[in-house]
Amino acid sequence: MSLLDYLAANRTALLARTLEHLGLVGLSMLIAVAVGVPLGIAITRHARLRGPVLGFVNVFQTIPSLALFGFLIPLPLLGGIGARSAIVALVVYALLPIVRNTYTGIVEVDDTVEEAARGMGMTDRQVLRMVQLPLAAPVILAGIRIATVVGVGIATIAAAIGAGGLGVFIFQGLARVDTVTILAGAVPAALMALALDGGLHLLEKRLDWRRK
Amino acid sequence: MSTAISFAGTEFAYVGTRVLGPVDLGVRTGETVVLLGESGSGKTTALRLANALLMPSTGTVSVLGRTTAEWDPVDLRRSIGYMIQEVGLFPHFTVARNIGLVPDLLGWDRSRVTGRVAELLELLRLEDSLATRLPHELSGGQRQRVGVARALAADPRILLCDEPFGALDPLTRRELQAEFRSLAEALGKTVLFVTHDVREAVSLGNRIAVIDAGRIRFEGSIDEFDLSTDALVVALREHG
Repeated sequence: MSLLDYLAANRTALLARTLEHLGLVGLSMLIAVAVGVPLGIAITRHARLRGPVLGFVNVFQTIPSLALFGFLIPLPLLGGIGARSAIVALVVYALLPIVRNTYTGIVEVDDTVEEAARGMGMTDRQVLRMVQLPLAAPVILAGIRIATVVGVGIATIAAAIGAGGLGVFIFQGLARVDTVTILAGAVPAALMALALDGGLHLLEKRLDWRRK
Repeated sequence: MSTAISFAGTEFAYVGTRVLGPVDLGVRTGETVVLLGESGSGKTTALRLANALLMPSTGTVSVLGRTTAEWDPVDLRRSIGYMIQEVGLFPHFTVARNIGLVPDLLGWDRSRVTGRVAELLELLRLEDSLATRLPHELSGGQRQRVGVARALAADPRILLCDEPFGALDPLTRRELQAEFRSLAEALGKTVLFVTHDVREAVSLGNRIAVIDAGRIRFEGSIDEFDLSTDALVVALREHG
Protein backbone atom coordinates (compact mmCIF):
# COMPACT_ATOMS: atom_id res chain seq x y z
CA MET A 1 0.00 0.00 0.00
CA SER A 2 1.34 3.42 -0.91
CA LEU A 3 1.54 6.26 1.60
CA LEU A 4 -1.32 8.15 -0.05
CA ASP A 5 -3.57 5.07 -0.01
CA TYR A 6 -2.72 4.51 3.63
CA LEU A 7 -3.49 8.14 4.54
CA ALA A 8 -6.77 8.01 2.62
CA ALA A 9 -7.80 4.81 4.35
CA ASN A 10 -6.89 6.20 7.76
CA ARG A 11 -8.00 9.80 7.27
CA THR A 12 -10.20 9.93 10.39
CA ALA A 13 -7.33 8.73 12.56
CA LEU A 14 -4.95 11.03 10.72
CA LEU A 15 -7.13 14.07 11.40
CA ALA A 16 -7.56 13.14 15.06
CA ARG A 17 -3.82 12.58 15.54
CA THR A 18 -2.98 15.81 13.73
CA LEU A 19 -5.33 17.78 15.97
CA GLU A 20 -3.91 16.04 19.03
CA HIS A 21 -0.44 16.94 17.87
CA LEU A 22 -1.35 20.56 17.24
CA GLY A 23 -3.00 20.69 20.66
CA LEU A 24 0.13 19.38 22.40
CA VAL A 25 2.39 21.83 20.59
CA GLY A 26 0.00 24.79 20.78
CA LEU A 27 -0.76 24.49 24.48
CA SER A 28 2.87 23.92 25.43
CA MET A 29 4.01 26.91 23.35
CA LEU A 30 1.41 29.14 25.02
CA ILE A 31 2.68 28.08 28.43
CA ALA A 32 6.31 28.41 27.36
CA VAL A 33 5.73 31.96 26.08
CA ALA A 34 3.82 32.91 29.23
CA VAL A 35 6.73 31.70 31.35
CA GLY A 36 9.70 32.31 29.04
CA VAL A 37 9.12 35.91 27.97
CA PRO A 38 8.73 37.25 31.54
CA LEU A 39 11.80 35.19 32.55
CA GLY A 40 13.78 36.70 29.68
CA ILE A 41 12.68 40.19 30.71
CA ALA A 42 13.50 39.50 34.36
CA ILE A 43 17.11 38.58 33.59
CA THR A 44 17.62 41.88 31.73
CA ARG A 45 16.56 43.66 34.93
CA HIS A 46 18.32 41.50 37.51
CA ALA A 47 21.83 40.58 36.40
CA ARG A 48 22.18 38.17 39.30
CA LEU A 49 19.41 35.93 37.95
CA ARG A 50 20.93 35.71 34.46
CA GLY A 51 23.44 32.91 35.08
CA PRO A 52 21.14 30.65 37.09
CA VAL A 53 18.14 31.09 34.77
CA LEU A 54 20.07 30.55 31.52
CA GLY A 55 21.95 27.66 33.11
CA PHE A 56 18.69 26.07 34.23
CA VAL A 57 16.96 26.26 30.86
CA ASN A 58 20.16 25.13 29.18
CA VAL A 59 20.54 22.00 31.31
CA PHE A 60 17.07 20.74 30.39
CA GLN A 61 17.99 21.10 26.75
CA THR A 62 20.72 18.48 27.22
CA ILE A 63 18.40 15.76 28.51
CA PRO A 64 17.47 13.38 25.69
CA SER A 65 13.75 13.83 25.05
CA LEU A 66 12.83 10.15 25.36
CA ALA A 67 14.61 10.06 28.72
CA LEU A 68 12.85 13.21 29.92
CA PHE A 69 9.46 11.73 29.02
CA GLY A 70 10.48 8.66 30.98
CA PHE A 71 11.56 10.66 34.02
CA LEU A 72 8.21 12.47 34.07
CA ILE A 73 6.05 9.32 34.20
CA PRO A 74 6.55 8.57 37.92
CA LEU A 75 6.31 12.24 38.99
CA PRO A 76 3.20 13.29 40.89
CA LEU A 77 1.28 16.40 39.75
CA LEU A 78 3.48 17.26 36.75
CA GLY A 79 3.96 13.79 35.35
CA GLY A 80 2.19 10.53 34.71
CA ILE A 81 1.14 8.75 31.55
CA GLY A 82 -0.41 10.98 28.91
CA ALA A 83 -0.61 14.52 27.65
CA ARG A 84 0.32 16.28 30.89
CA SER A 85 3.85 14.87 30.95
CA ALA A 86 4.24 15.57 27.27
CA ILE A 87 3.25 19.19 27.70
CA VAL A 88 5.61 19.64 30.65
CA ALA A 89 8.48 18.23 28.58
CA LEU A 90 7.64 20.36 25.55
CA VAL A 91 7.49 23.50 27.70
CA VAL A 92 10.86 22.70 29.20
CA TYR A 93 12.45 22.32 25.75
CA ALA A 94 10.80 25.48 24.45
CA LEU A 95 12.08 27.66 27.27
CA LEU A 96 15.68 27.97 26.14
CA PRO A 97 15.10 29.63 22.74
CA ILE A 98 12.31 31.81 24.11
CA VAL A 99 14.15 33.01 27.23
CA ARG A 100 17.42 33.49 25.38
CA ASN A 101 15.91 35.37 22.46
CA THR A 102 13.83 37.61 24.74
CA TYR A 103 16.98 38.46 26.68
CA THR A 104 19.11 38.99 23.56
CA GLY A 105 16.42 40.97 21.75
CA ILE A 106 16.06 43.42 24.63
CA VAL A 107 19.77 43.73 25.35
CA GLU A 108 20.51 44.44 21.69
CA VAL A 109 18.19 47.44 21.53
CA ASP A 110 20.40 50.41 20.66
CA ASP A 111 21.80 52.02 23.83
CA THR A 112 21.14 55.54 22.58
CA VAL A 113 17.47 54.74 22.03
CA GLU A 114 17.20 53.37 25.53
CA GLU A 115 19.02 56.35 26.97
CA ALA A 116 16.74 58.73 25.10
CA ALA A 117 13.73 56.84 26.45
CA ARG A 118 14.89 57.09 30.05
CA GLY A 119 16.26 60.61 29.63
CA MET A 120 12.91 61.82 28.34
CA GLY A 121 11.15 60.51 31.39
CA MET A 122 9.79 57.06 30.58
CA THR A 123 9.32 54.84 33.59
CA ASP A 124 10.97 51.41 33.51
CA ARG A 125 7.63 49.86 32.52
CA GLN A 126 7.18 52.36 29.70
CA VAL A 127 10.69 51.74 28.42
CA LEU A 128 9.86 48.03 28.33
CA ARG A 129 6.40 48.33 26.80
CA MET A 130 6.95 51.21 24.38
CA VAL A 131 10.57 50.70 23.34
CA GLN A 132 12.25 47.44 24.29
CA LEU A 133 9.50 44.91 23.59
CA PRO A 134 8.42 46.39 20.24
CA LEU A 135 12.02 46.62 19.05
CA ALA A 136 12.86 43.13 20.33
CA ALA A 137 9.64 41.59 18.97
CA PRO A 138 11.12 40.06 15.81
CA VAL A 139 13.96 38.45 17.79
CA ILE A 140 11.55 37.12 20.45
CA LEU A 141 9.28 35.76 17.76
CA ALA A 142 12.23 34.06 16.06
CA GLY A 143 12.83 32.26 19.37
CA ILE A 144 9.19 31.19 19.54
CA ARG A 145 9.43 29.98 15.95
CA ILE A 146 12.47 27.81 16.68
CA ALA A 147 10.80 26.45 19.80
CA THR A 148 7.65 25.60 17.84
CA VAL A 149 9.44 23.81 15.00
CA VAL A 150 11.54 21.79 17.46
CA GLY A 151 8.39 21.16 19.51
CA VAL A 152 6.55 19.60 16.57
CA GLY A 153 9.40 17.11 16.22
CA ILE A 154 9.73 16.33 19.90
CA ALA A 155 5.96 15.93 20.25
CA THR A 156 6.13 12.85 17.99
CA ILE A 157 8.07 11.11 20.78
CA ALA A 158 5.29 11.95 23.25
CA ALA A 159 3.32 9.05 21.77
CA ALA A 160 5.73 6.80 23.66
CA ILE A 161 4.15 7.89 26.95
CA GLY A 162 0.59 7.73 25.70
CA ALA A 163 0.13 11.41 24.85
CA GLY A 164 -1.12 10.66 21.33
CA GLY A 165 -0.29 12.82 18.35
CA LEU A 166 1.27 11.89 15.03
CA GLY A 167 3.96 9.92 16.84
CA VAL A 168 1.38 7.16 17.30
CA PHE A 169 1.77 6.23 13.61
CA ILE A 170 5.54 6.36 13.90
CA PHE A 171 5.67 4.01 16.91
CA GLN A 172 3.15 1.65 15.30
CA GLY A 173 5.26 1.59 12.15
CA LEU A 174 8.41 0.95 14.16
CA ALA A 175 6.77 -1.96 15.97
CA ARG A 176 5.58 -3.49 12.69
CA VAL A 177 8.71 -2.57 10.73
CA ASP A 178 6.33 -0.84 8.31
CA THR A 179 7.81 2.18 6.54
CA VAL A 180 4.49 3.40 5.18
CA THR A 181 2.98 3.68 8.66
CA ILE A 182 6.10 5.50 9.92
CA LEU A 183 5.82 7.93 7.04
CA ALA A 184 2.12 8.44 7.77
CA GLY A 185 3.24 10.06 11.04
CA ALA A 186 6.50 11.61 9.91
CA VAL A 187 5.36 13.35 6.71
CA PRO A 188 2.37 15.19 8.24
CA ALA A 189 4.57 16.17 11.21
CA ALA A 190 7.19 17.58 8.85
CA LEU A 191 4.52 19.46 6.89
CA MET A 192 3.09 20.84 10.12
CA ALA A 193 6.54 22.07 11.17
CA LEU A 194 7.05 23.74 7.79
CA ALA A 195 3.63 25.39 7.88
CA LEU A 196 4.07 26.73 11.41
CA ASP A 197 7.57 27.91 10.54
CA GLY A 198 6.25 29.79 7.51
CA GLY A 199 3.31 31.30 9.38
CA LEU A 200 5.41 32.50 12.29
CA HIS A 201 8.00 33.84 9.90
CA LEU A 202 5.33 35.98 8.25
CA LEU A 203 4.22 37.26 11.65
CA GLU A 204 7.85 38.01 12.51
CA LYS A 205 8.17 40.14 9.38
CA ARG A 206 4.95 41.98 10.15
CA LEU A 207 6.19 42.88 13.62
CA ASP A 208 9.44 44.26 12.25
CA TRP A 209 9.37 48.07 12.44
CA ARG A 210 11.50 48.31 9.28
CA ARG A 211 8.61 47.00 7.18
CA LYS A 212 7.29 49.38 4.58
CA MET B 1 19.17 86.27 37.32
CA SER B 2 18.36 83.01 39.03
CA THR B 3 20.32 79.80 38.69
CA ALA B 4 18.55 77.04 36.78
CA ILE B 5 21.15 74.31 37.22
CA SER B 6 23.89 74.25 39.81
CA PHE B 7 26.57 71.76 40.65
CA ALA B 8 27.83 72.15 44.22
CA GLY B 9 30.86 70.11 45.24
CA THR B 10 29.56 67.45 42.88
CA GLU B 11 31.56 64.28 42.49
CA PHE B 12 30.74 61.08 40.69
CA ALA B 13 32.60 57.84 41.26
CA TYR B 14 32.14 54.63 39.31
CA VAL B 15 33.21 51.41 41.04
CA GLY B 16 35.41 53.35 43.40
CA THR B 17 37.14 55.52 40.78
CA ARG B 18 36.27 59.19 40.68
CA VAL B 19 35.36 60.14 37.11
CA LEU B 20 34.03 63.61 37.86
CA GLY B 21 34.62 66.36 40.34
CA PRO B 22 34.53 68.02 42.59
CA VAL B 23 32.68 70.38 40.27
CA ASP B 24 31.07 73.71 41.08
CA LEU B 25 29.17 75.24 38.21
CA GLY B 26 26.04 77.32 37.81
CA VAL B 27 23.90 77.74 34.71
CA ARG B 28 21.79 80.89 34.93
CA THR B 29 18.25 81.00 33.66
CA GLY B 30 18.18 81.74 29.95
CA GLU B 31 21.86 81.29 29.23
CA THR B 32 23.74 78.63 27.31
CA VAL B 33 26.73 77.09 29.03
CA VAL B 34 28.93 74.82 26.97
CA LEU B 35 30.92 72.09 28.70
CA LEU B 36 33.91 71.66 26.45
CA GLY B 37 36.13 68.62 26.79
CA GLU B 38 37.65 65.55 25.19
CA SER B 39 35.91 62.19 25.33
CA GLY B 40 36.46 60.71 28.76
CA SER B 41 36.77 64.14 30.37
CA GLY B 42 33.57 63.62 32.36
CA LYS B 43 31.39 66.04 30.42
CA THR B 44 28.69 63.51 29.57
CA THR B 45 28.72 62.30 33.16
CA ALA B 46 28.07 65.88 34.29
CA LEU B 47 25.13 66.14 31.91
CA ARG B 48 23.62 62.86 33.09
CA LEU B 49 23.85 64.08 36.67
CA ALA B 50 21.60 67.00 35.74
CA ASN B 51 18.65 64.78 34.78
CA ALA B 52 19.23 62.13 37.41
CA LEU B 53 20.31 59.43 34.97
CA LEU B 54 23.24 59.37 37.39
CA MET B 55 23.25 60.47 41.02
CA PRO B 56 26.27 62.24 42.56
CA SER B 57 28.45 60.25 44.96
CA THR B 58 29.23 63.46 46.87
CA GLY B 59 27.76 66.94 46.70
CA THR B 60 24.56 67.91 44.93
CA VAL B 61 23.11 68.93 41.59
CA SER B 62 20.16 71.31 41.80
CA VAL B 63 17.69 71.91 39.01
CA LEU B 64 15.09 74.68 39.25
CA GLY B 65 15.67 75.04 42.97
CA ARG B 66 15.52 71.38 43.97
CA THR B 67 18.34 68.85 44.23
CA THR B 68 18.08 65.86 41.91
CA ALA B 69 17.68 63.70 45.02
CA GLU B 70 14.56 65.69 45.95
CA TRP B 71 13.05 65.49 42.47
CA ASP B 72 11.13 62.45 41.31
CA PRO B 73 13.51 61.42 38.50
CA VAL B 74 10.70 60.78 36.01
CA ASP B 75 9.10 64.20 36.67
CA LEU B 76 12.49 65.87 36.45
CA ARG B 77 13.28 64.28 33.08
CA ARG B 78 9.88 65.11 31.63
CA SER B 79 10.46 68.78 32.47
CA ILE B 80 13.85 68.89 30.72
CA GLY B 81 14.49 68.67 26.97
CA TYR B 82 17.13 66.05 26.22
CA MET B 83 19.19 65.72 23.04
CA ILE B 84 21.93 63.14 22.63
CA GLN B 85 24.54 61.89 20.20
CA GLU B 86 23.09 59.84 17.33
CA VAL B 87 19.77 61.51 18.20
CA GLY B 88 18.23 58.41 19.80
CA LEU B 89 14.98 58.72 17.88
CA PHE B 90 12.67 55.77 18.43
CA PRO B 91 13.11 53.83 15.17
CA HIS B 92 9.64 52.26 15.33
CA PHE B 93 7.80 55.54 16.01
CA THR B 94 6.78 57.91 13.24
CA VAL B 95 8.27 61.39 13.25
CA ALA B 96 5.04 62.75 14.74
CA ARG B 97 5.01 60.18 17.53
CA ASN B 98 8.68 60.83 18.29
CA ILE B 99 8.09 64.56 18.58
CA GLY B 100 4.94 64.13 20.64
CA LEU B 101 6.46 61.65 23.06
CA VAL B 102 6.93 63.78 26.17
CA PRO B 103 3.54 65.50 25.78
CA ASP B 104 2.09 61.98 25.47
CA LEU B 105 3.88 60.85 28.61
CA LEU B 106 2.56 63.95 30.37
CA GLY B 107 -0.96 62.92 29.41
CA TRP B 108 -1.84 65.76 27.05
CA ASP B 109 -4.99 65.00 25.05
CA ARG B 110 -4.61 63.85 21.48
CA SER B 111 -5.63 67.04 19.71
CA ARG B 112 -3.28 69.16 21.81
CA VAL B 113 -0.39 66.80 21.00
CA THR B 114 -1.23 66.86 17.28
CA GLY B 115 -1.37 70.66 17.32
CA ARG B 116 1.94 70.91 19.13
CA VAL B 117 3.60 68.48 16.69
CA ALA B 118 2.40 70.57 13.71
CA GLU B 119 3.75 73.70 15.40
CA LEU B 120 7.15 72.12 15.95
CA LEU B 121 7.41 70.73 12.42
CA GLU B 122 6.95 74.27 11.20
CA LEU B 123 9.35 75.75 13.75
CA LEU B 124 12.09 73.31 12.69
CA ARG B 125 11.25 73.79 8.99
CA LEU B 126 10.25 70.16 8.49
CA GLU B 127 7.64 69.39 5.86
CA ASP B 128 4.26 68.18 7.13
CA SER B 129 4.56 65.12 4.92
CA LEU B 130 7.46 63.89 7.08
CA ALA B 131 5.17 63.45 10.07
CA THR B 132 4.16 59.93 9.09
CA ARG B 133 7.67 58.76 8.12
CA LEU B 134 9.92 56.55 10.21
CA PRO B 135 13.30 57.98 11.27
CA HIS B 136 15.32 55.70 8.97
CA GLU B 137 13.55 57.28 6.00
CA LEU B 138 14.96 60.73 6.83
CA SER B 139 18.31 62.36 6.11
CA GLY B 140 20.76 62.91 8.97
CA GLY B 141 19.91 66.60 9.11
CA GLN B 142 16.17 65.94 9.17
CA ARG B 143 16.61 63.38 11.93
CA GLN B 144 18.48 65.91 14.00
CA ARG B 145 15.77 68.51 13.45
CA VAL B 146 13.25 65.97 14.69
CA GLY B 147 15.51 65.47 17.72
CA VAL B 148 15.44 69.20 18.44
CA ALA B 149 11.66 69.32 17.94
CA ARG B 150 11.24 66.39 20.31
CA ALA B 151 13.34 68.08 22.98
CA LEU B 152 11.25 71.26 22.70
CA ALA B 153 7.88 69.49 22.57
CA ALA B 154 6.64 70.01 26.11
CA ASP B 155 8.18 73.49 26.22
CA PRO B 156 10.76 72.67 28.89
CA ARG B 157 12.66 75.54 30.52
CA ILE B 158 15.91 73.60 30.35
CA LEU B 159 17.62 71.75 27.51
CA LEU B 160 20.43 69.25 28.03
CA CYS B 161 22.42 68.51 24.89
CA ASP B 162 25.14 65.90 24.48
CA GLU B 163 26.92 66.54 21.16
CA PRO B 164 23.62 66.37 19.32
CA PHE B 165 25.13 67.58 16.05
CA GLY B 166 28.25 65.42 16.17
CA ALA B 167 27.24 62.94 13.48
CA LEU B 168 26.27 65.54 10.86
CA ASP B 169 28.32 66.72 7.90
CA PRO B 170 30.04 70.07 8.57
CA LEU B 171 27.67 72.14 6.44
CA THR B 172 24.47 70.78 7.99
CA ARG B 173 26.08 71.02 11.41
CA ARG B 174 26.81 74.77 11.06
CA GLU B 175 23.31 75.38 9.77
CA LEU B 176 21.68 73.54 12.65
CA GLN B 177 23.95 75.16 15.22
CA ALA B 178 22.92 78.62 14.03
CA GLU B 179 19.28 77.63 14.05
CA PHE B 180 19.52 76.01 17.45
CA ARG B 181 21.17 79.09 18.87
CA SER B 182 18.51 81.46 17.65
CA LEU B 183 15.73 79.11 18.75
CA ALA B 184 17.18 78.73 22.25
CA GLU B 185 17.55 82.51 22.51
CA ALA B 186 14.12 83.30 21.10
CA LEU B 187 12.45 80.78 23.40
CA GLY B 188 14.51 81.85 26.42
CA LYS B 189 15.77 78.33 27.12
CA THR B 190 18.44 77.51 29.65
CA VAL B 191 20.89 75.23 27.91
CA LEU B 192 23.68 73.01 29.16
CA PHE B 193 25.49 71.83 26.04
CA VAL B 194 28.28 69.27 25.93
CA THR B 195 30.78 69.12 23.08
CA HIS B 196 34.40 68.46 22.16
CA ASP B 197 34.18 70.91 19.23
CA VAL B 198 35.71 74.31 20.05
CA ARG B 199 34.01 76.05 17.13
CA GLU B 200 30.67 74.69 18.26
CA ALA B 201 31.34 75.81 21.82
CA VAL B 202 32.23 79.34 20.73
CA SER B 203 29.29 79.65 18.35
CA LEU B 204 26.65 78.36 20.78
CA GLY B 205 27.75 79.32 24.26
CA ASN B 206 27.25 82.44 26.36
CA ARG B 207 29.80 80.88 28.63
CA ILE B 208 32.25 78.04 28.27
CA ALA B 209 33.47 75.65 30.93
CA VAL B 210 36.50 73.60 29.91
CA ILE B 211 36.51 70.20 31.55
CA ASP B 212 39.51 67.92 31.74
CA ALA B 213 40.02 64.73 33.74
CA GLY B 214 36.79 65.35 35.60
CA ARG B 215 37.62 68.90 36.73
CA ILE B 216 36.62 72.28 35.39
CA ARG B 217 39.87 73.97 34.33
CA PHE B 218 38.42 77.18 32.93
CA GLU B 219 35.11 78.93 33.15
CA GLY B 220 34.20 82.23 31.55
CA SER B 221 32.52 84.18 28.79
CA ILE B 222 33.43 83.73 25.12
CA ASP B 223 35.61 86.88 25.35
CA GLU B 224 37.39 85.53 28.37
CA PHE B 225 37.88 82.22 26.57
CA ASP B 226 39.37 84.05 23.59
CA LEU B 227 41.78 86.01 25.78
CA SER B 228 42.70 83.36 28.32
CA THR B 229 46.38 82.50 28.69
CA ASP B 230 45.60 79.22 30.45
CA ALA B 231 47.72 76.57 28.70
CA LEU B 232 44.77 74.22 28.18
CA VAL B 233 42.58 76.96 26.70
CA VAL B 234 45.39 78.15 24.44
CA ALA B 235 45.90 74.60 23.22
CA LEU B 236 42.18 74.23 22.58
CA ARG B 237 42.02 77.48 20.64
CA GLU B 238 44.98 76.50 18.51
CA HIS B 239 44.30 72.81 17.90
CA GLY B 240 40.71 72.21 18.88
